[in-house]
Amino acid sequence: MTHGRRSENRTVAVSALARVEGEGSLHIEIRNDVVASVSLDIFEPPRFFEALLRGRRHTEAPDITARICGICPVAYEMSACAAIEDACGVTVDTRIESLRRLLYCGEWIQSHALHVYLLHAPDFLGCQDALELAELDRTAVERGLQLKRIGNLLMEAVGGRAVHPVNVKVGGFYRAPDVASLQALAEPLRVARELALETVSWVGGFEFPDVEGDYRFVALRHPDRYAIDSGRVVSSDGLDLSPAGFAEVAVEEHVERSTALHARLDGLPYLTGPLARYALNSSQLPAVAREAATAAGLGAVCRNPFQSIVVRAVELVYACDEALRLVETYEPPVPASVDVAPSAATGAGATEAPRGLLVHVYELDGEGLIRNARIMPPTSQNQLTIEEDLRRVVTGGLSLSDSELTWRCEQAVRNHDPCISCAAHFLDLTVKRS
Amino acid sequence: MTSSIDQQLPTLAVWKFASCDGCQLSLLDAEEELLSLAGRVQIAYFTEMTKVTVAGPYDLSLVEGSITTPDDVERIAAVRQASRRLVTIGACATAGGIQGLRNFAASGEYASAVYAHPEYLATLDTSTPISAHVPVDYELHGCPIDKMQLLEVITAQLAGRRPAIPGHSVCQECKARGTVCLLVSKGVPCLGPVTRAGCGALCPSIDRGCFGCFGPADTANTAALAARLGQDGMTRVDISRLFRTFNANAPAFREESLTHDPR
Repeated sequence: MTHGRRSENRTVAVSALARVEGEGSLHIEIRNDVVASVSLDIFEPPRFFEALLRGRRHTEAPDITARICGICPVAYEMSACAAIEDACGVTVDTRIESLRRLLYCGEWIQSHALHVYLLHAPDFLGCQDALELAELDRTAVERGLQLKRIGNLLMEAVGGRAVHPVNVKVGGFYRAPDVASLQALAEPLRVARELALETVSWVGGFEFPDVEGDYRFVALRHPDRYAIDSGRVVSSDGLDLSPAGFAEVAVEEHVERSTALHARLDGLPYLTGPLARYALNSSQLPAVAREAATAAGLGAVCRNPFQSIVVRAVELVYACDEALRLVETYEPPVPASVDVAPSAATGAGATEAPRGLLVHVYELDGEGLIRNARIMPPTSQNQLTIEEDLRRVVTGGLSLSDSELTWRCEQAVRNHDPCISCAAHFLDLTVKRS
Repeated sequence: MTSSIDQQLPTLAVWKFASCDGCQLSLLDAEEELLSLAGRVQIAYFTEMTKVTVAGPYDLSLVEGSITTPDDVERIAAVRQASRRLVTIGACATAGGIQGLRNFAASGEYASAVYAHPEYLATLDTSTPISAHVPVDYELHGCPIDKMQLLEVITAQLAGRRPAIPGHSVCQECKARGTVCLLVSKGVPCLGPVTRAGCGALCPSIDRGCFGCFGPADTANTAALAARLGQDGMTRVDISRLFRTFNANAPAFREESLTHDPR
């Protein structure tokens, strides 16, 4: 296609990104066939969560921070609980831990199903949205909605409701669900696991642009399982840190065009989320998920960001399988929560939100009032890497027409399932930079 | 379906201001109803769901989020102008949301303390509901809203009737589901007596006091409840905090929280 085509200046501009959570835009300048500038702009207004948490009780952090994101509230509740419990020197027993992971699986299922079917798949099939996709393939969209519904059912059974669950508290749960109500979910979860396997085959058959990122992956790692709710922060270049240690070395920068902070590790961008988790922990997936991944053509590491949809589908299989295992072995924690007496200390907590690593740090006073809060959401950690992806996509896609290139750039942003409401609400209160 | 019929479908637009996305997600969470709803209305603007945008005017606009920037003051005016009916959804759009806690801080306290470069941003010192800026046809409460209530409001608006949404308190929902009163039987602090119904009295059913997600009920006697909480041993500052969350700027909750604010 380059034959006979002269060098030119072009602009790719998308004023309001669609099928992402929140409000963002995209601006790319190409001069003489070279990418001159790329910016993913986040113009969602900040909500100052870190300021409004000051002076609130340590027990209020899960409910308040849940309101950062309606799509991944459990992630916020879980990272908040982990950080507060860390500060207060409390560990919960394995039954509480398992019930938390079960709730978290519900969120992974609903969030991944939403992203795969309603937000991302239309890109691969030339559709404007899932409604147009439903006209082409109603069965596929109904499969996605059914998966999403089962994820929501799980969140309702454990958390009370799907958006901003009410049953989570620092130390555990207000009331543990009874055995019968969770056993009733076993059959829907078996169905969901089948639907998730069908999802892997379906998205595995999509066509993927030939792009590979030289990513620096960062994810939680747990000794016994594919990490969701706890673990140490590890990277593809050998970092192995506690959540508190990670929070100390990750530096966030406030730049003019974004209300999200840009995070760096040792001065370099990094990537969290499904690609990172899969690259670092795929050997820990259960056989059913590993076999599905192999059948869909994934190796042990996937560096093509467009194939993140396949990795997300593999994680759907894992989340359904893990949830099924947890409901089948469920024993209600007694009591449903442990006391968390306040302590004048600082604590950190990290969990894997569907779209990546979510770190909370709280400094408490002796009465349990929050003196300082710091929250690092996945999208602000990924923002620089998403921009690097866009450079690669544009450089490799110069032969595309303007409309095709714009489409592919939007798709490249959606590869990382950005959550802009989350990203925009975090501005570092404690660090002043000249 | 022919395009001429398409053009006769009422148009639906969904707008986002400062918010968490959870209330518009409730529309996508109506998994069983979503595809049939899409056959009854033309989704004309809903960036969370589609790249397609159709120019206004719109028959029905759903507005999520609160007003926190000068730009958004102008944007909501344009949305109102383009909308035949405008319905606000959720605590942010109806009461300013959790980000409305800044309204209790000294002017500029949050913004000046927060930013490395405050000059990069233009934010207001306040977070205000949509009704503080433009006329609103209906307000649907909740943090988050209930998806069945949302479907009822959409249906009613398109049919030109009044939505059947209760204005009574969570207490009645507890009675309806047979939940023993936590406040009376165990002394658990509970905002149920003054909070609007709609969640189905979720929290008391799991031994948790209501924390006011749906905002004040139509006739909320907050002073009587606060007096009772005080008799049960709750400190003034904790009473103030209890009223000061997602609906902190709803007038009844705001006034009660200020009454007990020790500052």
